[in-house]
Amino acid sequence: MTGALYLRSELVRAFRNRRFFFFSLGFPLILYFVIAGPQSSQSNFGGTGVSLALYYMAGLISFGTMSSMIATGARIAGEREAGWTRQLRITPLSTRAYFRAKVLTAYAMACMSIAALSIAGLILGVSMSASQWLEMTGLVLVGLLPFGALGIALGHLLTVDSIGPAMGGLTALLALVGGTWFPITHGFLHDVGQCLPSYWLARAGHIGAGGAPWGATGWLVMAAWTVLLSGAAAYAYRRDTGRV
Amino acid sequence: MTEGIRIKGLTKTYRGPGGPVPAVRGIDFAIAPGETVALLGPNGAGKSTTIDMLLGLGRPDAGTVTVFGKPPREAVDSGLVGGMLQTGALIRDLTARELIAVMASLYPDPLDVDEVIELTGLRDAAGQRTQKLSGGQTQRVRFALALVANPALLVLDEPTVAMDVEGRRDFWRTMRAYASRGKTVLFATHYLEEADANADRAVMMAHGRIVADGSTTEIKARIGHRTIRVTLPDVSREELSALDGVASAERRGEAVILRCSDSDRAIRALLERHPTARDIEITGAALEDAFIELTRDSDDLLEVAR
Repeated sequence: MTGALYLRSELVRAFRNRRFFFFSLGFPLILYFVIAGPQSSQSNFGGTGVSLALYYMAGLISFGTMSSMIATGARIAGEREAGWTRQLRITPLSTRAYFRAKVLTAYAMACMSIAALSIAGLILGVSMSASQWLEMTGLVLVGLLPFGALGIALGHLLTVDSIGPAMGGLTALLALVGGTWFPITHGFLHDVGQCLPSYWLARAGHIGAGGAPWGATGWLVMAAWTVLLSGAAAYAYRRDTGRV
Repeated sequence: MTEGIRIKGLTKTYRGPGGPVPAVRGIDFAIAPGETVALLGPNGAGKSTTIDMLLGLGRPDAGTVTVFGKPPREAVDSGLVGGMLQTGALIRDLTARELIAVMASLYPDPLDVDEVIELTGLRDAAGQRTQKLSGGQTQRVRFALALVANPALLVLDEPTVAMDVEGRRDFWRTMRAYASRGKTVLFATHYLEEADANADRAVMMAHGRIVADGSTTEIKARIGHRTIRVTLPDVSREELSALDGVASAERRGEAVILRCSDSDRAIRALLERHPTARDIEITGAALEDAFIELTRDSDDLLEVAR
């Protein structure tokens, strides 16, 4: 496979960067313990029929993994500023291999986030069947695809200065409307949320809390966003080949 | 591979805040395979823009570039091209050796990583993370990244700008050794001395045009002259121009300015024929002056002055 060593080096870099590692992995964990820790005994959260510890584990898995994917953008913006993207453009590394390395590195971070939050859930007394966990994890991983593309697009469109606030705001907004923080079951936000990938990502997480898997609408919305954002990522990357 | 590099009618204009800024205005030149060519010119001459288009990083507004008969992107994708860009830092969290090895893995026929580390004087720094390297070491790694590709065409955009004296010496020695393997090398520089010492030929650019193209000896004869300024009334300009080693003479009141092809011969001849000459000053050629000289006839200076 061409770019195999490049992929490996990207993974190595992600794991060696302690600050990046700590914030993308540690932040969702801390949030989880702060929110769910004091009330882990609450067994029927907001009438959902599941425990608060389980509800927020599921919610933070979708939040944490989504953040991991979008955080690719910050790494790319940094590489662009350093002139590294231009350096790579004058090598035979294909666009496909470049994207693959970026997306797989983001996925590696997301998987670490899922593992860490699952263990944290166990500590707070969450119980879930293996098949339920696998279904949740599987669908969450599929649901991360559009966010991987979003991260790449943002990284190639924004500068190091602007990407922090843009990422933070966007992640918070997507998580809120998607129903990560509290159940949104009806009304305007619910209608808007259904058109957003974060809603379906949160739904995938909530399978762990007894929710139903995606119906046709879910798959359709996710597929549409994946195509749209991949196109945007490819456009942003190509536009970036000139002088930065 | 017999075709080398061909640039025809290459034109590029950037959009500036005050309207279009022409960077390259229709240039033509070719580089034969195995040739080492210096792209010489002051800041803003269009060197980097030309190099960007040669590397497929920028799209020409008009004209064509071919690298070994292929469009630039295709040549890059086939691994024929290696480059050291004018600006650029290294990515963090890898050691110098790891970074060089990653670069090597992207090319079909790379040099041995250890050999390149040795060639670029990085033996002691190879195990360091890139963010811990000094400025000089960083430049060496950047050169190593271009070299390890073992490219048929090596492009270096003002490679020595951030190097110390020792770094420069090592750099040019390694570059010449690489060129002697039959590789084609194009480097951009501000300095005539660098072009003279390290290239077979120099292509000079100013204001987006080529103003001279020839062997470095020819270029030097044309612009590398020192100037002798001397107070010497009562001698005609023609007589002074005819002196051995003098290319041209210009009178300014009592003083004359002699532009020399060889200032040593010129000063001997001058003092022999005209022992009354006084207030003698000999100054080295300022490249900027030479460029202004070479572009005097064109309309470019008017545009610049406006």
